[in-house]
Amino acid sequence: MTTDGHTIPNYMAIFWWLLGLTIAEIAWAVLPHHSELVLAGGIVALAIVKAVLVAMYFMHLKFERRTMGILFASTLILGVILVSVGIGELVLPRPGYARGVVHGPTVD
Amino acid sequence: MEHAEAITFDPHAEEDRTSTGIPHDKMGMWIFLCSEVMFFTGLIGSYIVLRFGSTWPDPKHTLNIWLTAGNTFILICSSVTMVKALEWIQRGDTGKMKLYMCLTLLGGSTFLSVQIYEYRHLLHEGFNPHVSLFGSTFYTMTGFHGFHVLCGVVCIAFCTGKAFLGKYTPEHHLGIEVLGLYWHFVDLVWILLFAIVYLI
Repeated sequence: MTTDGHTIPNYMAIFWWLLGLTIAEIAWAVLPHHSELVLAGGIVALAIVKAVLVAMYFMHLKFERRTMGILFASTLILGVILVSVGIGELVLPRPGYARGVVHGPTVD
Repeated sequence: MEHAEAITFDPHAEEDRTSTGIPHDKMGMWIFLCSEVMFFTGLIGSYIVLRFGSTWPDPKHTLNIWLTAGNTFILICSSVTMVKALEWIQRGDTGKMKLYMCLTLLGGSTFLSVQIYEYRHLLHEGFNPHVSLFGSTFYTMTGFHGFHVLCGVVCIAFCTGKAFLGKYTPEHHLGIEVLGLYWHFVDLVWILLFAIVYLI
């Protein structure tokens, strides 16, 4: 069936995908991992896939005009830049500052 | 006579107003959601920097993953019922639309109830916003999300009431569509928060 100029997606199929990915996420989280990066990477990747499914099919972003996609994508790009700068603060070396040590004004 | 036609009142006229090809209500909601993306990105970004920039306890030792996994399932279900309500009004079945709106309201209310139960339990255990950096970021992020869910539940209750009053038709149902966008966004944010705060 078609409404508003696009075919109605199979919402139940999306639901089963979301459910399966949630189970996979939890399984990945409870499994023992040698590296925290592997644990975090797997979980974030699965969460992003779920978020994309919700945005594309439930929020109908896949069927919307291009303007809407550009509007939403521009915000996401700004968000990615914001988070990247924060992560950069963590991973890039800063001369004179030891990682994890808070340098504040000294009180005598 | 021309003047008489010009002032004829159409209760749905505002719904269809557009200058971009996208109804103003829908465009307004999308712009609002873009601002919300930045808001939650700020919170999540700060959390990531704090989480990986200092010593952090394992969330699985403090939080009940299984309870929250169940709650995540409930929120995903409510997102499905919301989109099904839109589908049925588009298909012309107002009865099923009302049923799915009620189910969405039930799902949202259940999610909030479980979150309140979780907070009570954690506070009873001594895990409060003052106890650690993890505590303060946990309550800030989940609290703001919970507030968004609360706003959504209030709006869903309002729209469900309107649905029972027969205000939505297969031709005019923009209110449900716009509310659905907000509700799915709340679900989307929770998907990310659950992964980042509870599982990592």
